[in-house]
Parts: sequence; C-alpha cells; structure tokens
Amino acid sequence: MHELGVAFHCIKEINKLAEENGVEKINSVTIQLGEVSTVIPEYFEDVWKWAVKKETVLKDAALKIEIINAVTHCNGCGQDYPTVKYGRTCPHCSSPDTYLVTGNEFIIKELEAVDTRA
Amino acid sequence: MDEVRIIEIKKSIFEDNDKDADKLREELRSKGVFLLNLMSAPGSGKTTTLCKTINALKDSMKIAVMEADIDSDVDARKILENTGVQSIQLHTGGMCHLDAEMTRQGLDGLNLEDVDLVILENVGNLVCPAEFDTGASKNCMILSVPEGHDKPLKYPLMFSVCDLVLINKIDVMPYFDFDLKLCEEYIHMRNPNATVIPICAKSGEGIDKFASYLKQNVKAAKA
Repeated sequence: MHELGVAFHCIKEINKLAEENGVEKINSVTIQLGEVSTVIPEYFEDVWKWAVKKETVLKDAALKIEIINAVTHCNGCGQDYPTVKYGRTCPHCSSPDTYLVTGNEFIIKELEAVDTRA
Repeated sequence: MDEVRIIEIKKSIFEDNDKDADKLREELRSKGVFLLNLMSAPGSGKTTTLCKTINALKDSMKIAVMEADIDSDVDARKILENTGVQSIQLHTGGMCHLDAEMTRQGLDGLNLEDVDLVILENVGNLVCPAEFDTGASKNCMILSVPEGHDKPLKYPLMFSVCDLVLINKIDVMPYFDFDLKLCEEYIHMRNPNATVIPICAKSGEGIDKFASYLKQNVKAAKA
C-alpha cells in the first residue's frame, strides 16, 4: 500500500505549511501528479479520504488531482515523445538512450484555506 | 464570515525529505561514518547476507545495524545473536519505507562512538524505499535469483537509485533459468554506474567482494 505512506507524508507536509501560513482550516488541496509517478490517483484518493478524517486542519479537505503528462526526451535524435505510449525506446529513431523529462512529479500545488473570522 | 484564500505552494512532497537527507549525509560525513541503505524484496536474503558480511568485517571495523520493519524484532535479534554487533529494531508503524527523519531517529538510538559502518536494513519492498532518500552514503539492493532477471525492468526506480546490486542465491541459478548476463545488462540500462556483485549468502561465495566494497567505502568516508 504505497499510496498510504505517501498520503501520510503529504499530510505531514501540508500541516507544516498550514502552520507556516497561519491556516486553521483547509477546504481543498490541489496535487499535481506525474503520469508515470508510482502513485495511482484512484488509490491515492481512497486513502486520502480515510486519512484526513483523523486530521484537524485537514479534516474533510477535498483532494484535487491534476495529471502531468509524461514526456521522454531522446538523446539520439533530440526529439520528445509521449512516454506512456512508447516507453523507453524512441519511436522516431529507435534509440534506447532516452530520459524522462516530466511525468514523475508529486507536487503540492495549492491549498484552499478558510480564514475563520469571529 | 469565512474567507477563502488560495495559497500557492508548488512544492514537491519529497523536497523536505531530500533536504533532511542531504543534511544527514553531511553530518555523517563529518563524523566519518559510512551509512549503507540496504533494500530488497522480502525473502531475498538481506539478513543472512548481513550476518555473513558483518562476521567477515567485524574484526577490522566497528559496525552497527538498524533493522526497519513494519513489526516484530526478529531481524535485530538475529543480527545480535549471529554477529554480536550493536543492532536496533525500528518500527515504521505500518509504513512501507523509511525516510530521512526516521533514519535520524534510528541513528540517535545507536551509540555511534567509534562506529565506522552503519547498515540500515530497509523495509522489504522494491517500490517505496526507492522514492525516499534516507540520507545514506550509498544505496545497495539485493536481487535474489528466484525473483527473476527481469526485475530491473519492472522496478526501474529501485535499480536507478542503487550504487550497488548484489545478486543473491546464485547457487540455484540453473533451476530458475536466471540469465546473469542479461540481468546485468538490464541493471546497467537503468543505472550505467551500478556495481554488480553476484553472491551466495548461504555458502559465502562473493561475500569477500561485498566486504571489500564496504571496506573501501568506509576508508573513503574517513578521508
């Protein structure tokens, strides 16, 4: 259950960020997730719902996930191509000398905070 | 009236851990301690390999071991009983990996005076431990023959973060159609700089090579 560990780690980070920003309640969290990161969005949503129930600042906070497309660059011919469709071998020149440019991200993009004023 | 505001963060969740890990690595370097993060799937022979290697090294250096598991203390006991070196058990409380903060807590629980080499036996898992930098000086993983030579293709991140890959249980290679040469090729596709050492922890074959790899690194950590 890899997503659970990542969710705990993520919640810890957000709690720290909330404290730094003087936030008492968070309505939603936007996460940017790479297409080929090891986190599966559906599983992450499930564990998130379960994990935030036990939180205070994050209690019932909604999760918004934005997917970042995976793009691989080929050192052989210098072109980019979609990773998920073609994998590690360049579809243009068949070179295996390629590296992932984007797609492995797990970024906390923004928090939607509620400032409760008396 | 409640006011909603958007706070822009744009921060990778691994960023803080990576910073903690770099700090820990720096501290260990200043103390002259070499920390090896040992990873693998469950049942690949981590603990047996460690016992054999520690016994080959313990007269020439001071060693301590941290055993990370979700539960139980069987590994820490096994290390202590079979080698006599200082060992502690870390519980991850259900988590599938160790991060830099947990590693630091573990190191705080050890007596590091005069210790040259600390080995962290990570949770048995080929996915999560690869994503969280522990602050170790070097990463090592054990791939055992029954797991198959295609594992570097299936768990690319694990193989790309490892400086050293031990291929264990080579005595049963003929029974599993394990292609050692192909496996090494796959490993180098993921990480061209990885060192590969075939071993058999049970018979002790190759343990001398692993031991001298550690000796060299311990020496380098003190330079």
